Amino acid sequence: MADFLMPSLGADMETGKVVEWLVKPGDRIQPGAVVAVVETHKGAIDIECFLGGVIEDLAPLDVELPVGALLAHVHAAGEAAAAAPAPSPAPTAATAAAVEGPRETATAPRPAAREPSPEAAGPAASTTVGPKLSPAARRRAQELGLDTAALRGTGVDGALTLADVELAATQSRPQAAPAAPAAASAPRAARAGFDPAQMRQAIAAAMTRSKREIPHYYLTSTIAFAAAQAWLDAYNRERDPADRLLPATLLLKATAQALVEVPQLNGFHENGAYRSGPGIHVGWAIALRGGGLVAPAIHDADRKSLPELMAALRDLVQRARAGGLRSSELMDPTITVTSLGERGAESVLGVIYPPQVAIVGFGRVVQRPWVVAGTVVPRPLVALSLAADHRASDGHVGGQLLAAIDRALQSPETL
Amino acid sequence: MSAAALKMTYREACKQAIRDALLADPRCFVMGEDVGKYGGCYAVTKGLLEEFGPERIRDTPLAENGFTGAGVGAALAGLRPIVEIMTCNFSLLALDQIMNNAATIPHMSGGQFAVPLVIRMATGGGRQLAAQHSHSLEGWYAHIPGLKVLVPATVEDARFMLAAAMADPNPVLIFEHVVLYNAEGELDPAVTAVDITHAKLRRPGRDVSLVTYGNSLPKCLAAAETLAADGVEAEVIDLRVLRPLDMTTIAGSLSHTRRVVIVDEGWKSGSISAEIAARLAEDALYELDAPVVRVCSREVPVPYAAQMEDAALPQVAAIVAAARRLVRP
Repeated sequence: MADFLMPSLGADMETGKVVEWLVKPGDRIQPGAVVAVVETHKGAIDIECFLGGVIEDLAPLDVELPVGALLAHVHAAGEAAAAAPAPSPAPTAATAAAVEGPRETATAPRPAAREPSPEAAGPAASTTVGPKLSPAARRRAQELGLDTAALRGTGVDGALTLADVELAATQSRPQAAPAAPAAASAPRAARAGFDPAQMRQAIAAAMTRSKREIPHYYLTSTIAFAAAQAWLDAYNRERDPADRLLPATLLLKATAQALVEVPQLNGFHENGAYRSGPGIHVGWAIALRGGGLVAPAIHDADRKSLPELMAALRDLVQRARAGGLRSSELMDPTITVTSLGERGAESVLGVIYPPQVAIVGFGRVVQRPWVVAGTVVPRPLVALSLAADHRASDGHVGGQLLAAIDRALQSPETL
Repeated sequence: MSAAALKMTYREACKQAIRDALLADPRCFVMGEDVGKYGGCYAVTKGLLEEFGPERIRDTPLAENGFTGAGVGAALAGLRPIVEIMTCNFSLLALDQIMNNAATIPHMSGGQFAVPLVIRMATGGGRQLAAQHSHSLEGWYAHIPGLKVLVPATVEDARFMLAAAMADPNPVLIFEHVVLYNAEGELDPAVTAVDITHAKLRRPGRDVSLVTYGNSLPKCLAAAETLAADGVEAEVIDLRVLRPLDMTTIAGSLSHTRRVVIVDEGWKSGSISAEIAARLAEDALYELDAPVVRVCSREVPVPYAAQMEDAALPQVAAIVAAARRLVRP
């Protein structure tokens, strides 16, 4: 049996509320299925469950739950517990566990005392007073100044784990989000609803953390957009409006391709170390009407064709604004790209969304004088920028990324 | 060249590695019991006598301390011997030469003498060869300063570790697991050398680290596969080298999984698994979110009967159970 937990949809999320279950207890689910709608400061998000099996013990609706809280149990195929609807007269350890929940299993009495094998002989009775803490949990509890005496652990032998401590810290925090009561009293809009005030607060927290913790460095480069524009015009001329590509598609693909060459900027800085992302999942910054911003992932952007990317962008923007983003889209981005578009500013220096290590920015395409073969000529140009985490990379690497993006945009036919 | 052949057994990889060493350096020769006419007790050196002649493929009497000592002397005198000891169980007869001479002379001479000796031994159980032929003593040798101890678990390491060992000025012991000889693996044509300093990540995961070597590696990979079906992502670290231990890689894995199962075919007491657990306790205690768990051989001489032998050695089910208990207690 596995626990399905409230996912963290980004560094700025602390709590969420299940507003709708799309499955019933006892339903068999495939890994990756959308099982619930959770209301967060980013609106109502479709939550995927990456466990497979029979789902049980659904968390109640409309209750504010911290990240990591138990949402449901999923029994893997072949586990007896889930399949048996009626409790048998003598419940097995597994069914007992299913009924009582995971916190009980560690302390539940063993069904039959078995002779301890000579090798398993350990200290039979612990002399510890109060709950056991794992070393990692002990250190974290000290950092947080958390009193662990009354807590119950989910670890080996009922020990408090790091996750238990962090969960307890979230719960005991004296209402960190003042916007929460307002959100609770506000009438819930059907699916689209997100509270702009709450989102503002979340953005404030994430960006403050970014600027406080991340030593940003910035690089900029001006890129000739003529080749890309010419290619795009030729491509679009032959197609119906519905099939045409926006310049953003080229910028997205060029960035994704460049990240294949410069993987040091595609990933996360966590626990004092850089970890490269499992794929190139570009978080695309989308401004929401009424204020606010969300940057959901376009998965494996380096491996998608331009028409696929265009379709993905269209779909993502629509769902970001109308509701229906999926949890994986909010959890997976390995880098952020912000493109200001036609009405945007000329250039942008971004703020990194932690724990990512880079954000790439594209300004509006502008006509400016440009020197070609010694002559000043008018040319479409775009200002490209990179803000990157100096803990994870140096300017030399950042420069390689900008150069690779430039190269890609000069040969749009290869995108 | 055989290097272009992609699929190969571990046995063939060992043989090709020895051939390469013999071809690369005229000072290199092979010496041991039954390595010549018989072709090696595990058939690793089959055909080498015909190719290289009796000067370079030398059958020895059943006298481990004698021929290992001859190997130490040859190395001191400027040759590059590869000594084969039929199984590590018999290497105890040669322990005096290995420890008191090979490992210590470079130090006692203040670095004036090097002992560039390579000793290959078969190790491990699982083929019903009973207690005097089935033990895993590589952990003991990892106790001795002055030695390097290699435990190739993959065809690639079997193929290329020897060259790195030959290039090393120190005495290097290579433990080849008897069950692995028949294992087949793919060789990446792009790889033509391996290091003998680092442990290697064989499968990434985030929930628990399985730290292992030798024939326990395929068992850990199988366990990781089973665990994955259950939603537990196990990371598998192949130690590759037991001395010096690459604790950086182990601690690096632990820093994100925070849970570790050490799988070692040696016995628990006073073993390399004990050493790793102790170092984690010394250096990485506050990374741990659960007790260090070990899956080792039962503390009995390895039995002959198949079902008893299976029960005595680490098996996939025990590894799965240990990992699961850490992740989902």
